[in-house]
Amino acid sequence: MRGMTLIVKTTASLLIGFVVLFGAYIILTGHLSPGGGFAGGVILAAGLLLIVLAFGADPLRKGLGHNFALVWESLGAVGFLAVALLGFIAGTFFAHFIPHLTGFGLLTGGSIVLSNIAIGIKVGAGLFGAFLMLAAFRASESADKTEKGDGNDT
Amino acid sequence: MGMIHEFFPYVLCVLLFAVGLYAIAVKKNLIKIIIGVMLIHNATSLFLVLVGYRMPETGESAAPIITRALSGEEFFRQSVDPVPQALVLTAIVIGLSVVALMVVMAVRLHEKYGTFDLTRIRKLRG
Amino acid sequence: MENVLPLFVVIPLAAGFVLPVVGLLKPGRFCAPICLGAVGALVVLSCMMFAGEPVVVTWMGGWVGQADPSSVTGIAMVCDGLTRLILLIISVVSLAAVLFSTSYMRSYTKVCLYYGPMMLMIAGMNGVVLSGDLFNIYVFLEVAAIASYALVGFGVESEELEASFKYLVLSAIASGFILLGVAIVYNLTGTLNLAQIGALIEGSEPNKALLLAIGLFLAGFGLKAAMVPFHAWLPDAHPSAPAPVSAMLSGILIKASGVYVLARIVFNVVGVHQSAVPAVLIMMGTLSLVVGALLMTAQWDFKRLLAYSSISHMGYVILALGVGAEQMAAGQHAAASLIMFAGLFHLANHAVFKSLLFLCSGSVVHRTGLRDMRAVAGIARRMPVTGFCTRVGSLSIGGVPPFNGFFSKLLIVIGLCWAGHPFLAVVAVLISFVTLYTFIKVQRYVLEGDVPQEFSAVTESPLPMLVAMAFLSVLCLGMGLLLPLHRFVLLEPAKDALFNGLGYARSVFGG
Repeated sequence: MRGMTLIVKTTASLLIGFVVLFGAYIILTGHLSPGGGFAGGVILAAGLLLIVLAFGADPLRKGLGHNFALVWESLGAVGFLAVALLGFIAGTFFAHFIPHLTGFGLLTGGSIVLSNIAIGIKVGAGLFGAFLMLAAFRASESADKTEKGDGNDT
Repeated sequence: MGMIHEFFPYVLCVLLFAVGLYAIAVKKNLIKIIIGVMLIHNATSLFLVLVGYRMPETGESAAPIITRALSGEEFFRQSVDPVPQALVLTAIVIGLSVVALMVVMAVRLHEKYGTFDLTRIRKLRG
Repeated sequence: MENVLPLFVVIPLAAGFVLPVVGLLKPGRFCAPICLGAVGALVVLSCMMFAGEPVVVTWMGGWVGQADPSSVTGIAMVCDGLTRLILLIISVVSLAAVLFSTSYMRSYTKVCLYYGPMMLMIAGMNGVVLSGDLFNIYVFLEVAAIASYALVGFGVESEELEASFKYLVLSAIASGFILLGVAIVYNLTGTLNLAQIGALIEGSEPNKALLLAIGLFLAGFGLKAAMVPFHAWLPDAHPSAPAPVSAMLSGILIKASGVYVLARIVFNVVGVHQSAVPAVLIMMGTLSLVVGALLMTAQWDFKRLLAYSSISHMGYVILALGVGAEQMAAGQHAAASLIMFAGLFHLANHAVFKSLLFLCSGSVVHRTGLRDMRAVAGIARRMPVTGFCTRVGSLSIGGVPPFNGFFSKLLIVIGLCWAGHPFLAVVAVLISFVTLYTFIKVQRYVLEGDVPQEFSAVTESPLPMLVAMAFLSVLCLGMGLLLPLHRFVLLEPAKDALFNGLGYARSVFGG
């Protein structure tokens, strides 16, 4: 995969910041408005995909490849489990272990914010990995002979 | 009750589900079968959303988002049931991973056989 | 004790997600030890559960539910007698399968990507059994199912992909049915908690929407349990996976995601008094029993034969539970109690001997590379331990006295007679003989005979595989002979949990 023309590359590099920012916004305000970890993660994945589509196989070789997706997906999942387990500090599984303020600020969701971030990372990396598996992956590296189902659960 | 337009969404659900089952049972193309599975998922999701819908006395029902300080009762009176919407989100995620896996399998099968035609992909007996 | 429950899901899930990272850092070094550690911890935990109170409930995030069905309630994990039994079966069979995999999977590449889905599957099954919530059952069911699709297609040969695709499509239809049923039940009762649904339905009139939901559940979970009108995927899917995974799919997945949920819903949620349910269960059970066994006799592929026999044996279990439900509805408590006990005992036994046989077939395939029974011969001479274990498994599945299969089949037959179904009892005995005949054929072709020229260099499988098989063989013998000892710990509480019927709600809410 070679990447696209200069116009696309320039536009993509301008846009990518905004896409990631929007994804981060959706993730971080998931407890206040529609959105949250999954929706924001999908946007993040779209941003990563934009890079790959515009610049071709180059970013894949510079560490944005299949292994990147695998590692971050696992880290997201482990992070989510850690948030759930830390609930034991407050007594039960999944309990809010940080103060649960009222109102509509960023920090009012208790541990919901943290779990949204973890889910966002997992979904973003997982979807990106799935896209790579289907499209760019075979072109950039030799065909891999195993596959893995991503058991995404919110 | 009795208004025909109130039943229409449910009829649509059943219809979508039936079309999905038909596609899976009759079509011989892997991609069409995948579309059938997606139709079944979507029909079920639509049904779940409909289950959560309720018409309050005040007229329009709103999305279950709290934008100002509300008591639980007030919230209950003005918005639709939020639980099925959460269920639908989860179901969509599950449907997504199932479909992603199916597409990967279909691509791999295409690599092996060079076709999406199910009649020509028949190594297994039963 | 209630804080332990989430760990049943957390430990395998965490292991499953740590594995790919570890696999990148040190390929093939730490994967197997991590998995063994995780599964070992699960075995210890599930044994620990037997020390606690009879019913342990934990509420996620401290949202405690109340007995009043109209109140808001959180998400619960419930561990009663039946859950304990299935948890123990899952842990023990997984332990044997993981131990077996450590040697068996040497011949495959990317082993960590194999252990990952395997751990996810265990997490999903544990979640299904522990969940006290209809929708969470669905979610965990899908987690286990998605992991199993990946495992069935792991070899990425054309047959495996095809089997996996077929399995995926049929299983996706089943999920559609189940989710539709969940939606209808939610619409009717306004809650998803199993205990609350049970409490609400107990007092209400039977209605058509509920019957539709039950029908959808029967079809959905029947498909997951490979009951006969819906069995087409199993004989393709189970043999296509690597042998330890076949053992887990046949040994525990169809039980945890099919039979267990079906039993839980029929007995504890909707109640046995719902008109047609026991009759449908009996019919599906008998059909699976007969059709599975008859199709089995025609097979020459060792693993395919085992897969068909799984359908037949699930038929025994569903038949027993169906007759139990019928007797319970009729007020014949003693007969119901016996046959339900027999059904659960057979479920546990089947998990052990079917996993054992799949592991044995894996051992044979590992050394000879062949699954066709006509091409393999004289295994008992070249691989004595594998041969011995295959014999134990075959005698056990065929219902020969000192082994566990005999006792559970005997109890089922006695129960059927007592319940006034002599015809079904005769069918059960006849099918048992068909099974015995088929497995004598297996022994005759695979184990006996002269060693063919090309197998003269075949040697015994590596030690971990032998240990796993020997472990399950000992269980086969022990579960039968020690029945008077372990029944009060394992099987009676499980039967009581089902027998409690709609009293489930009271035991969950501590009333």
